[in-house]
Amino acid sequence: MFQPQYEAMPAGELGELQLSRLRTVLERVYANVGHYRRSFHEAGFRPDQLTTLDDLRRVPFTVKDDLRRGYPFGMFAAPLHDIVRVHSSSGTTGQITVVGYTRGDIERWSDLMARTFVCAGATADDIVQVTYGYGLFTGGLGAHYGSERLGAMTVPISGGNTARQVQVLRDFGVTVLACTPSYALLIAETARELGVDMRSLPLRVGVFGAEPWSEAMRTQVEGALGITAIDIYGLSEVMGPGVAAECLHKTGLHIFEDHFLVEIIDPDTLEPVAEGERGEVVFTTLTKEGIPVIRYRTRDISRIIPGQCACGRTMRRMERVTGRTDDMLIIRGVNVYPSQIEQVLMGVPGVAPHYQVVLTKRRSMDQVEVHVEVGPDIRFDEIRALEGLQKTVSAAIASALAVSVKVKLVEPKSIQRSEGKAKRVVDLRSEGANQ
Amino acid sequence: MVEQLSVFLENESGRLATMCRVLGDAHFNMHALVVADTSEYGVARIICDRPHAARRVLESSGFAVSVTRVIAVGVPDTPGGLADILERLDSAGVNVEYLYCYVRPEGAIAVDIFRVEDPDSATDALQLGGFTLVRAAEIYEPDAA
Repeated sequence: MFQPQYEAMPAGELGELQLSRLRTVLERVYANVGHYRRSFHEAGFRPDQLTTLDDLRRVPFTVKDDLRRGYPFGMFAAPLHDIVRVHSSSGTTGQITVVGYTRGDIERWSDLMARTFVCAGATADDIVQVTYGYGLFTGGLGAHYGSERLGAMTVPISGGNTARQVQVLRDFGVTVLACTPSYALLIAETARELGVDMRSLPLRVGVFGAEPWSEAMRTQVEGALGITAIDIYGLSEVMGPGVAAECLHKTGLHIFEDHFLVEIIDPDTLEPVAEGERGEVVFTTLTKEGIPVIRYRTRDISRIIPGQCACGRTMRRMERVTGRTDDMLIIRGVNVYPSQIEQVLMGVPGVAPHYQVVLTKRRSMDQVEVHVEVGPDIRFDEIRALEGLQKTVSAAIASALAVSVKVKLVEPKSIQRSEGKAKRVVDLRSEGANQ
Repeated sequence: MVEQLSVFLENESGRLATMCRVLGDAHFNMHALVVADTSEYGVARIICDRPHAARRVLESSGFAVSVTRVIAVGVPDTPGGLADILERLDSAGVNVEYLYCYVRPEGAIAVDIFRVEDPDSATDALQLGGFTLVRAAEIYEPDAA
């Protein structure tokens, strides 16, 4: 553990720490951010009324639109003079939102990312290749500061130029790779093309996040790179990477609860779900100064895993994020997450892990096409074998997800590879793309 | 045994032309080409010189390619010539996946290309039946994998 005094803190002590920090942050936003002052007034709440953590439920939620409305600096709780850095959300779901960090925020973020690397088994002796993008995206600099805080040799290569990524991994003897899981697969694929045997390199651990991925994909990345793949979690609105991380037991992501208060709610009723049930993850930052968020609805779907982890950390674990409330597809009334489709494809031999879900509408009915690349193992000389594969895939999806989809085989590499986040769903339903 | 290239092609305009241009630019001469198509994709089957080298060139241009072993049989220029071959294969229990025919310019002799499940036993059956198998070197320039 990087900070055992916090990471293994007894639950009672942690609760007291959270309560005192919560009071401080509520007072901070109440005094400094117009949005929160107004929303607290409307709810008839004053920070001095907080006596238990449960009182937080009297405070209204914060949503992405609140942050957008404050663009660029309206939600900051510190004077610009005290802000030493800004990042922004990746803007994948709309207009970007800007987040600001004070010097103290950067310090705490570095510690939390160092915790994350230690969770993955890294030490100061490691060589960490940071392939997350550097820039407004929080991934690159977040991982960079954490790796340096740990004392590891940090390779700030950023994203892109996959052939060079492979070369540096090999030539520098890199032991820890930090990037998105889909980019890790692209690296594996590129290494194969270049004739580099990734499994024989010193690379040992992957610290992967910034997009939802499945357990099957973990198996695949681990096999292709000969590594242990660790899932990490974070979002720029809350801080960036370093909100939660798996330890080597791989039984869920430890939420760094001394800095982030977590709630799981039913996205429809907004009530808390029963313990261990799946729902939308809501965070309140306890220590952020630049842009704290109070009861921020992440849209990510997860649950709290009951019980203690064998690693000794007392911080509770969340299950890997299986999807987002806003990328959940409702296909003829059935809720489907793209990650579930991926899970199915991984189980079908001959299918490459690259896929895209294309949604269209035909006479007001949702149509789903799954585009799958023909892998090198398919005997595609015979039309019969190709048709058999299409049938196998659609039958597997139908039996696992109870939706019927049309499977289209496409040429290798025709689905765009990600250097940041994979575009897994193309929704043409609102574009009048009647077919 | 003859080695044939099989190329997976999406049904997209210009895709076949692109494939032919890639082969042409790299100076691979095609001797036979047949395209099996469905509504969404096709498979181009090609007999060309140095098939393994051609496969590498196509793959580096992003095509999905495999090399398939097929049987080439010289067809007697008499009525029922092909029927004789097919009956022989049938009686040997060999299932034909597909076949196509082309005429060699030199000597105007027809060659039938067979894709079967088990090319080795098919070869034996045809040789025992007295049919003329055409060797790879007679129709294209072979190369090693």
